[in-house]
Amino acid sequence: MKIHEYQGKQIFAKYGVPIPKGYPAFSVDEAETVAKKLIAETGSNVVVVKAQIHAGGRGKGGGVKVAKGGAAEAKQLTEKILGMQLITHQTGPEGQKVRRVYIEQGLEMVKEFYLGAVVDRDQRRIAFMASTEGGVEIEKVAAETPEKIITVHIDPTVGLAAYQARELAFGLGLLQYGKETVSKFVKLVGAVYELFVKEDCSLCEINPLVVLKNGDVVALDAKLNFDDNAEFRHRNWEELRDVDEEDPAELEAKAAGLNYVSLDGNVGCLVNGAGLAMATMDIIKHFGAGHGVAPANFLDVGGGANQEQVTKAFKMILKSPKVRAIFVNIFGGIMKCDVIANGVVAAAKELGLKVPLVVRLEGTNVELGRKILSESGLAIQAATTMADGAQKIVAAVSKGSAS
Amino acid sequence: MSVLVGKDTKIVVQGITGGAGSFHAKQMIEYGSNVVAGCTPTRGGETFDGGSKKVPVFDTVAESVEKGGANTSVIFVPPPGAADAILEAIDAGCKLVVCITEGIPVMDMIKVRRVLEATQAAEKAAGKALTRLIGPNCPGIITPGPAGVGCKIGIMPGHIHKAGNIGVVSKSGTLTYEAVGQLTALGIGQSTCIGIGGDPVAGMDFIDVLELFQNDPDTHGVIMIGEIGGGAEERGAEYIKKHMNKPVAAFIAGTTAPEGKRMGHAGAIIAGGKGTAAEKIKALEAAGAKIAPTPSDMATTLQSMMK
Repeated sequence: MKIHEYQGKQIFAKYGVPIPKGYPAFSVDEAETVAKKLIAETGSNVVVVKAQIHAGGRGKGGGVKVAKGGAAEAKQLTEKILGMQLITHQTGPEGQKVRRVYIEQGLEMVKEFYLGAVVDRDQRRIAFMASTEGGVEIEKVAAETPEKIITVHIDPTVGLAAYQARELAFGLGLLQYGKETVSKFVKLVGAVYELFVKEDCSLCEINPLVVLKNGDVVALDAKLNFDDNAEFRHRNWEELRDVDEEDPAELEAKAAGLNYVSLDGNVGCLVNGAGLAMATMDIIKHFGAGHGVAPANFLDVGGGANQEQVTKAFKMILKSPKVRAIFVNIFGGIMKCDVIANGVVAAAKELGLKVPLVVRLEGTNVELGRKILSESGLAIQAATTMADGAQKIVAAVSKGSAS
Repeated sequence: MSVLVGKDTKIVVQGITGGAGSFHAKQMIEYGSNVVAGCTPTRGGETFDGGSKKVPVFDTVAESVEKGGANTSVIFVPPPGAADAILEAIDAGCKLVVCITEGIPVMDMIKVRRVLEATQAAEKAAGKALTRLIGPNCPGIITPGPAGVGCKIGIMPGHIHKAGNIGVVSKSGTLTYEAVGQLTALGIGQSTCIGIGGDPVAGMDFIDVLELFQNDPDTHGVIMIGEIGGGAEERGAEYIKKHMNKPVAAFIAGTTAPEGKRMGHAGAIIAGGKGTAAEKIKALEAAGAKIAPTPSDMATTLQSMMK
């Protein structure tokens, strides 16, 4: 789960990670009001208006602007940014609509750094990474100049040791800004580790982390991702969730206990199990490449779905206007084939089946499942294997396009 | 004729009184697995009716080991208590712990992994057999065969399997079934099938299972099924290259998956351009494994290497 920069900074503040002063705003008027308040509090006329969307690269896309002329200018900038379709390297070509801005105190920095914490799955530990190449995409630094990234891994039974934070500080050359700066940085890294663990983060990036003229170390950005599996112990995540930033179909699926990801193709897929669902996408693309046939979605109904969930999943696929054919691929283990068959038949009868449907059933109660489908009166093409099913789907879509 | 589980495996089911635990305990008993105990804290003293077999329930895993005689644990405890259940099983001395639970927070698994590594380091130093964790978020492990020989620990449908000489290791549950179904349809049996799960931090890795298969005289060939995300497939490829002389057929799911989207499994995500199927396929091919062109060809690909 992703949250906005200003929400991340509120969490930073709670744990003692230094941040610039700032306030979120949901309208132009509110932006002006908080800008005035901020200017009064800081005594500086310089404020930054920052678009709040979940994607990174906002500055380059024109979503971050500095106002040196006080609240009036901040208001003008907000008028431009709020409501704009912000396109960054992470949003895709359609961009993301800006619905919130963050009005923040402008600070004069001496140097920008990068600090990130992630779960390193190869080491099975939390890793902290720091780089002197702040403000740049870290993926680019990792690919081009990996020696500029300093990494330490944290033993979960000990936690972050101060010497590890010092290792990062010395590696970044922070000593040149004074001993105080090093100890401020060490304290900040400790606070980030604490919040990373307690808030169940999967990612925490500060890019840039800046050193100010007075030697202070401040988090100028905050990117926090949470581990979805830990939602049960964080009731507050529901308030932090911004549904405007998420795909409505994916949200609907999540509420029904389904794993759904929208894709660009034209074949709706209903599969049990994440690996099989991915493999189904792959095999459609394998046979469909060159015929303009590709998966429209990834949909895993899970290992133990009931008939209602299958019906719901099938309805979601039927509702999508881009779907030209549907491929149901089930290897029943715990999930019995007759349950799937009943769910498919119920949904198809309720909504009407206007596109070709290919069903491949295998596993527990397969004979019963096949019987339910064949006696349903629906125009269902039965497939014996995944390859057979994928080829039938490609033929069905190609035939549909030709007529 | 198997790795990790066989006729000497005595199972305690942690979470046996829950919905999934009780259902699958019965299924395992029906398959012929030797379920000797159930464990649900505060429910000790009860008896679990497993159909053809009655199973005593204990409050702790330690009791399940001491009084019930268990040496292996399978966990069906819901996510909030699952990591604790794994730690309890390791501490009680279960040499094999199979965690089926889906949705355990990664922070919990980092701690579990740390304890597991420390336990294994001590065992290694003492020259003892290593404690193994399979999963979480996996279908489990099965050595196919009739009662007294075969052993099913987990949620896979037993009836699709056939005893034989092919090892299957996979991050995905249903894709394992797919591979097993294809093998059995060709008349090819399996020595042991292990689902290691698709979580970012878990127990056994491809490399650990491949090592067991390489050293098992009754395993003659291997199907390895990976997916996008992480570097486990690449580490497996490294092992194949250096140490394996048995044929390995592989399939990597997610060739067409978009970057930055979690594909069901918590670990199945391409992030920062890392963990792509193309990289994994390249590493496996370089190691001498043969890649199945589609998921429908996993068994035939291995078959072509066995001749």
